[in-house]
Amino acid sequence: MNVTVETLALIVVFAPVIGAIIAGLFGRVLPAKVSMTVTTGLLMVAAASAITIFIGYWDKSLVLPDEPIRIFKWIDVAGFTSTWSIRLDAISVVMMAVVTSVSSMVHLYSWGYMSDDPFKPRFFAYLSLFTFAMLSLVTAADFMQLFFGWEGVGLASYLLIGFYFLKRSANDAQIKAFVVNRVGDFGFVLGIMSVYFVFGTIEFKDVFHAIPHHIHDTMGWGKLQLPAMEVIALLLFIGAMGKSAQFLLHTWLPDAMEGPTPVSALIHAATMVTAGVVLVTLCSPIFQVAPFASGVVTLIGAITAIFAATIGIAQNDIKRVIAYSTCSQLGYMFFAAGIGVYQAAMFHLFTHAFFKAMLFLGAGSVIHGLHHEQDMRKMGGVWKPMKITYAIMLIGTLAITGVGIPGTNFGFAGFFSKDAIIESAFAASSEGLPFATFAFWMGILAAFLTSFYSWRLAFMTFTGTFRGDAHGGHHDDDAHAHAVHAAHVEGHHDAHQEDGVAPAHESPLVMLVPLFILAFGAIFAGFIFNDAFVGEGAHDFWGHAIYVSPENHILHARHNVPEWVKFMPLTVTLLGLLGAMIVYLWNKGLGEKIAKATGPIHAFLYNKWYFDELYDAVFVKGARALGDFFWKVGDQKLIDGIINGIASDTNIISKKSVKVQSGYVYHYAFIMLIALVAFGALVLLKKG
Amino acid sequence: MNLASVTHDLAFMTPELVIAVGAMLLVLMGAFVSKSAYRAITYLSVVVLLVAGFLGVQHAPDNAQVLFNGSYVVDAFGGFAKLIIALTAACAILLSADYLAERNLEKPEYPVLALLAVLGMYVMVSAHDLLAVYMGVELQSLALYVLAAYARDDRKSSEAGLKYFVLGALSSGILLYGVSLIYGFTGTINFGKLMTIAKDTSNVGLIFGMVFVLSGIAFKMSVAPFHMWTPDVYEGAPTPSTAFFATAPKMAAAILLGRFLFEAFGEVVSQWRDVVSIMAVLSMFVGAIFALQQTNMKRLLAYSSILNMGYAMVAIAAGPVYGPSALLLFTAIYAITSVGMFGVLLSMRDAKGKEITKISGYSGLSKQRPLLSLALTIMFFSITGIPPLLGFFGKFQIFIAAVDGGVMPLALILVIASVISAFYYLRVLKVVWFDEPSVEIVGGLATTKVTVTGVTLMIALLTPFIGLIYTASMAAGHFFK
Repeated sequence: MNVTVETLALIVVFAPVIGAIIAGLFGRVLPAKVSMTVTTGLLMVAAASAITIFIGYWDKSLVLPDEPIRIFKWIDVAGFTSTWSIRLDAISVVMMAVVTSVSSMVHLYSWGYMSDDPFKPRFFAYLSLFTFAMLSLVTAADFMQLFFGWEGVGLASYLLIGFYFLKRSANDAQIKAFVVNRVGDFGFVLGIMSVYFVFGTIEFKDVFHAIPHHIHDTMGWGKLQLPAMEVIALLLFIGAMGKSAQFLLHTWLPDAMEGPTPVSALIHAATMVTAGVVLVTLCSPIFQVAPFASGVVTLIGAITAIFAATIGIAQNDIKRVIAYSTCSQLGYMFFAAGIGVYQAAMFHLFTHAFFKAMLFLGAGSVIHGLHHEQDMRKMGGVWKPMKITYAIMLIGTLAITGVGIPGTNFGFAGFFSKDAIIESAFAASSEGLPFATFAFWMGILAAFLTSFYSWRLAFMTFTGTFRGDAHGGHHDDDAHAHAVHAAHVEGHHDAHQEDGVAPAHESPLVMLVPLFILAFGAIFAGFIFNDAFVGEGAHDFWGHAIYVSPENHILHARHNVPEWVKFMPLTVTLLGLLGAMIVYLWNKGLGEKIAKATGPIHAFLYNKWYFDELYDAVFVKGARALGDFFWKVGDQKLIDGIINGIASDTNIISKKSVKVQSGYVYHYAFIMLIALVAFGALVLLKKG
Repeated sequence: MNLASVTHDLAFMTPELVIAVGAMLLVLMGAFVSKSAYRAITYLSVVVLLVAGFLGVQHAPDNAQVLFNGSYVVDAFGGFAKLIIALTAACAILLSADYLAERNLEKPEYPVLALLAVLGMYVMVSAHDLLAVYMGVELQSLALYVLAAYARDDRKSSEAGLKYFVLGALSSGILLYGVSLIYGFTGTINFGKLMTIAKDTSNVGLIFGMVFVLSGIAFKMSVAPFHMWTPDVYEGAPTPSTAFFATAPKMAAAILLGRFLFEAFGEVVSQWRDVVSIMAVLSMFVGAIFALQQTNMKRLLAYSSILNMGYAMVAIAAGPVYGPSALLLFTAIYAITSVGMFGVLLSMRDAKGKEITKISGYSGLSKQRPLLSLALTIMFFSITGIPPLLGFFGKFQIFIAAVDGGVMPLALILVIASVISAFYYLRVLKVVWFDEPSVEIVGGLATTKVTVTGVTLMIALLTPFIGLIYTASMAAGHFFK
């Protein structure tokens, strides 16, 4: 049986890269359909293999090998080795299933969504490349390969955000994403170096085994000695913050929505941004012995959850709302990991992948149907022409807001995972873990806001009357920058209905099928896997992949929380729904009135707490001023000055000294004799 | 010394004998056959040199042979140098043929004098006592004085010859005075015996004499501060003579100085390292700085040769362990590149057949004579020391020797001088490639073309075989270890 697992794992990891190579290198010569078929087909194969492994592991019909599959020795220099491997454990199996299934759905969906794009092969190549990088990230057996995958997904993300490369804003966004991620990656790299410094190896197994011997290690400079485990955990978490867009390093994620919507669904919702959560979960042995760092994770996670949710309620761009929602949900995952319930964090990651990918693809369907209109203020009444999309979005909203009946096994996916996190936070707070109480209340508040903004999105988009320009979308702001698209739009202006009904069309089947499949996950993933991920079966399911210290009983303690805690999330969710209904369903224009009445507060939220402005003033302008200083003073004045000065001095010396060459023989002879005397004197003086 | 030992010793001197006998036969041929024999004599002298070079390699003894009671030595070190000397001298003679013919200077004396000069150089390279040194130096110099003044109707040429002669005589005097001091204080002039005597460093007269001999040879090498004659003589002498001066004699003098210091005073490096280092620094300074102001190609190349002899002095300063191989490799590559550069210079003729020596005359050369420009570029890049061309390896080897030999400051100055000199080499290339043509340039004559092509190909094509040259020079240099 093991042979099969290994073969399947190889297929999972390497099928996407084959697709990426074919579409990437030969995309220009092959017909676009070939590239698309190859990449999508290979992804389907990979997904089928990954799901086979996952289901097999879940129902225990399949045993995972203890040792990672070693593929080749990548780096081997003087005591530092890194082997390219496929690590198979619960985390990687779950992640492989999530990544390949969402990715294959996104590939399929893109057939419809990108149908008018002239650069389809490039798009599909990037998508497959991303999938490969993500898979090598989650299957890494050491920090080096993890870092490779980490940077690989960063690269793919960069390429895909700027896919519409003619668009200035897309280029800015891709650079922003790359630069902000560098900040996190710097921490991450330092973390990896610290791991090597302390443990002398970067192989996960060896590092985690050796932790008991290094708990009390310190590292630092001279007198400044810090506990090594805390330092490593914090540095790794800084990396996680960058990739997962946590508070302070979150600014790139909303801008990343400049990329095509399928990309947002795959990379900026379901998979890449969760890499930070995977990292923290994978390093649970380190974080479990680093209480301070875990406290920081809890705090940052809780802040992100509430902070992003507050911004989400004030945004008008449909994709940005979902982006902030993603940010907020990642906050949930992080504070779950911070208080030590990594299982719940992974569970939420798992369910979130389905419903968030679905919400994005649903939003993409709306955007596609409305000819690339993204502003919700210009939507409304879309349900009529796009009934299927409407149904899908409702399912997604129910899933993300976590609707379900507490105490029973009835509920959408988000219900199980989010409630597990909130209950755990309460249990952790009664155990006195740092920031757990804060995290609990922020989680509750964020749940309310989540419900509010999700329903707001649904109501603004689908109900009421169409508020947009009847002549299709605004191609100049958020539309495809690729000029070809204009032709497509003109061609589709066939059915202009009566006033107040959106001039939209339902998406083609190729876009709807992925939505159905994801909807299935959004409805049932929580119900089916609740037990294995966070319930009674959790211990067996996660095995050695997640380490929790013997004192950590939060996952069990959460079942014993008071009844009011269990009902709290549902209550605030319903309150959020009610609030959204009052403002956006029953009272037209109330939203604008509230926005006006709360002027500065609304502006504060609408402008994303002014983080971009702050960063621009401090870092961008600061870096520019520093650069100007080094350029104008350091380089031009100092360095160029010295060099040009030396050059001109050399010239002056040369001009003066050439005069020695007079042409008179007696001058020459004189110099010769003087030199002879001087040399003679020199050797005599040296003798003393 | 009986006849048998003389014959035995003479057998090792076949190359020298070939040149000597060849020169005498060609004199006779010049005297008895009409003036029209000039070309034949020129080509025959080239043949003589090639034969001598070939025989030198063919008959190279496995071990060093000390001949004539210790006054002459035949070894790999000298053998390598002799081959290069013969080759570059042959090139220089070839370069002269058409040039002299065009100016009605085609007299048989020219190639014969060149042959005799080469004979002098052979003696210099193989000298193992101070009298042989003096004999070699004088045989070479006297021939060169005449070659400098060869265009005797030309005021500048005569001036060059006179200057060269007066200052050369002064330097010979210094050299000879040094020899007599050494003999007076030690009672010997043999390198091998001097080596043991020199260990006693309290012998002031010996050291003083060594400085005199060193200075005398430094003049022949045109090392600062004994370099003053070089630009004037290079400029005034007929260009083929300059081409000759700049190549083989430089190598011969450098090898001679190397042998003198490494062998006779190899055990007391500290006694002469300061003097050699100062000369190296001064030469590099003069060669790099003075050249910046030059507008005449011949003067520019004069400073270039002062600069390169400064580099050679760095190799000598590196001492007898690390120096010899670097010195051989570097001077060999320098001599080959130099003769090529003069070949280009000789190819620069305007429509009336007048030679162009001003740098400004080179403007836009690339548009008129792209291949010639390419050749010049390859040679200049090589002498600047840009990899992967030959010149790089020579310079690199000296650098390594300086670092290993414990004269790090010289290595640093060498780098700085290289940077400064890169400016004037590149300025010429800029004029060649980027400026607009000013005068019509007619290509070189047949023999010049052959030489330039040959040398360029050698620099460009030998590069892959640098390993061979390198190994050869290393093997030859190991002699002193």
